[in-house]
Amino acid sequence: MAEAADIDAVVALDAEITGTEKADYWTDVFEHFAGANQRLKRYFLVAKTGDDQLAGFIVGEIRAWEFGSPPCGWVLALSVTPDLREQGIGTLLFEALCTAMKKDGVTTIRTMVLGNDKVNLSFFRGEGLAAGPYIELERRLE
Amino acid sequence: MKLQKASRYALYAVLHLASEPGKQFSTADIAESYGISIHHLAKVLRTLVRSGLIESVRGVGGGYRFAGNLRRTTLWAVIHEFESLESEIDTPDDLTGNAAIVIRGLDSVMGEIDGLNRATLDSITLKTLLRYGVENLERES
Repeated sequence: MAEAADIDAVVALDAEITGTEKADYWTDVFEHFAGANQRLKRYFLVAKTGDDQLAGFIVGEIRAWEFGSPPCGWVLALSVTPDLREQGIGTLLFEALCTAMKKDGVTTIRTMVLGNDKVNLSFFRGEGLAAGPYIELERRLE
Repeated sequence: MKLQKASRYALYAVLHLASEPGKQFSTADIAESYGISIHHLAKVLRTLVRSGLIESVRGVGGGYRFAGNLRRTTLWAVIHEFESLESEIDTPDDLTGNAAIVIRGLDSVMGEIDGLNRATLDSITLKTLLRYGVENLERES
């Protein structure tokens, strides 16, 4: 599970990948998912190198009964340090999250990824995820 | 969505070669495996060589072998060498009134479907697709 000391590295990794630094956002995520008031069904897991550097992280939670959906695991974020990709770290993080959620009684894991985010889409496809019964819909608020 | 014949042949060929990277197959080998026209397939293979997805091997026992990246190349990378998968509603540009409303509405829906089709095809790598095939065969047996 992530610790407060990991947040700076998480912010830096996310900024490197997305091009936007979101320190407040990740601090909130940490407090919500892994902080002192954490609930059992939320996860903020980190992978570390041998010298205690951040190699990647995954955030997920169990949600239930959204438009009739039985309890289901959601992956909300996943990042791996670019230099350490293609070594199975993402798979390790994803499997750790699946194992934890399975113990909570969940039988389905779900995520939502941008249609042009090839890296994450291909990753999740490679982990066996496919289109499910729900369809994402949205509109601009003007 | 219905893929054009060239796209389907290209997928058969690239995936066939990718299923045994390093091994070479002749045009006749592939055509016979899928029961398709050798002449049409030959034309498709030439396009795939130009795209760098496969390479031709000359000499005795020559043929083609996979030259892409199994973990990076997606189904869309193969298909878009042959078609854009854009639905076309053939209508004049100068429609007005109800006709313009109907066509704009249909354009919007078809664009949404096209985008989903492309995103799906671009999310599945050759490696993932071959794994789907193995898993489905195992499940059926």
